[in-house]
Amino acid sequence: MSTLNPARTAREYPARYRLEAARCEACGAVSFPARLVCPACRGRKFAAVTLAPEGKVLTWTVIHVGPPSHKHDVPYALAVIELGGGVRVTCQIADVDPAKVEAGMAVKLEFRRIQQDGEAGVIAYGHKAVPA
Amino acid sequence: MRDVAIVGIGLSRWGEVWDASLRTLWTEAALAALDDAGIDHVDSITVGSMAPGLFVGQEHLGGLLAGELGMAGVPATRVESACASGGVALRTGFAEIAAGLADIVLATGVEKMTDVSGDDCTAALAAAADAELEVFHGATFPALYAMMARVHMARWGTTREQLAMVAVKNHRHGSLNPHAQFRQQITVKDVLSSAKVADPLNILDCSPITDGAAAVVLADMETARKLAHGRPLIRIAGVGQASDHIALQSRPDMAAIPATTAAAQRAFKMAGKTPADVHVAEVHDCFTIAEIMVLEALGLCPAGEGGRQAESGRTALGGALPVNPSGGLKSKGHPVGATGVAQAVEIVTQLRGAAGKRQVANARVGLTQNMGGTGASTVVHILEVAP
Repeated sequence: MSTLNPARTAREYPARYRLEAARCEACGAVSFPARLVCPACRGRKFAAVTLAPEGKVLTWTVIHVGPPSHKHDVPYALAVIELGGGVRVTCQIADVDPAKVEAGMAVKLEFRRIQQDGEAGVIAYGHKAVPA
Repeated sequence: MRDVAIVGIGLSRWGEVWDASLRTLWTEAALAALDDAGIDHVDSITVGSMAPGLFVGQEHLGGLLAGELGMAGVPATRVESACASGGVALRTGFAEIAAGLADIVLATGVEKMTDVSGDDCTAALAAAADAELEVFHGATFPALYAMMARVHMARWGTTREQLAMVAVKNHRHGSLNPHAQFRQQITVKDVLSSAKVADPLNILDCSPITDGAAAVVLADMETARKLAHGRPLIRIAGVGQASDHIALQSRPDMAAIPATTAAAQRAFKMAGKTPADVHVAEVHDCFTIAEIMVLEALGLCPAGEGGRQAESGRTALGGALPVNPSGGLKSKGHPVGATGVAQAVEIVTQLRGAAGKRQVANARVGLTQNMGGTGASTVVHILEVAP
């Protein structure tokens, strides 16, 4: 049951390929990905900003039973990461022994392949974290 | 707003029920509830179901199931809030009667989960998480709850063994429930040595995949008194619901479930009660850490004390506040859309004094808490024996 398709994948390029986010002009809160209403103040005017890729691990898990889209990645570490300015992302941590991941670990987002729809379907890219 | 009572309860067969379809399971539960109430008509039907389109390729359950019951013509509506769908179906039925739109409502929940492979089941359940922010990156529900567990353990000193004790307790309760899917007792060692799913959660920290349906008949108090048949009349004293961002990363404190707190506060306020008034509770233990965090969110124990509740015996049968006497989602089973209604079935059974070996002595006030995702939808009901 793939949820990848070309239109969906393409419209997610700004966030997934370029870490484009939106700063609320009313309260300054940064939303990632960009959205129409600021969850902090309900402001509707935003300025485009690009996230700095450096951050730290807030919490993590090592997944031993993965979903069909990531079956072949197990075991893999998944984490909630806080970037500068308090923006949080959820993504995998790569290039590290999953057993070595810990809270507070410094990481950096890199552009990686995330999943693909079979042999001939869409290949979706985005960010994974790696040790900084 | 009119008062509402539960006058009939019913469950279908639960477990891996390969010889029954979604519609058959649902009809079993509906007929059981109608027979228990001693009625043959209703004014409205609500159906909680999370993902029948993904599990069995069937949407539009309202009309389908009214027809199955021979009640085509009756207003019938499916509601969906992930694993809280059943609780929302109950609340919707309550609201219809309270508002005077109906006098008798059949409020139900159903999920048929074993017609698909384990992979497709995992993917269907994951649809209740944030597809763009979480699932795209390989998140699963055990993984999200595992990340909540880690924060709770770091913040409050909750231990891996305390998580296991929730599963041990709920299996002990389920061993006393003829309706439970997994009735074997387990030990802390069994939990700790079971297969890893998403560290620190193992397979015995997780609720199972279950086919099943549950139904209750709701009525206004005047109608309900005529249908009591000499049994205690069970009134819905309070109802509360709340939402939150569905992505865990969007929650400022990942060791708390604020939607559950908000839903509970609304329900307690409506009921004119406090957590100290609750004699028995059925809560959403989809994972062991969930029961721990939910008890704190409901105010049934102080923040940070959730891990000690099962360990101390307080939440076991015979303790001061038995939680999940049915066995909970962990042992009784978790057909996701049915769970919120099945919790009410258990509390009504307890308040009627009809729970057999798992009866909580002198239970007169009970609480149900049903939630979707990592807590972004929560419904709380407070039931009591009406004077």
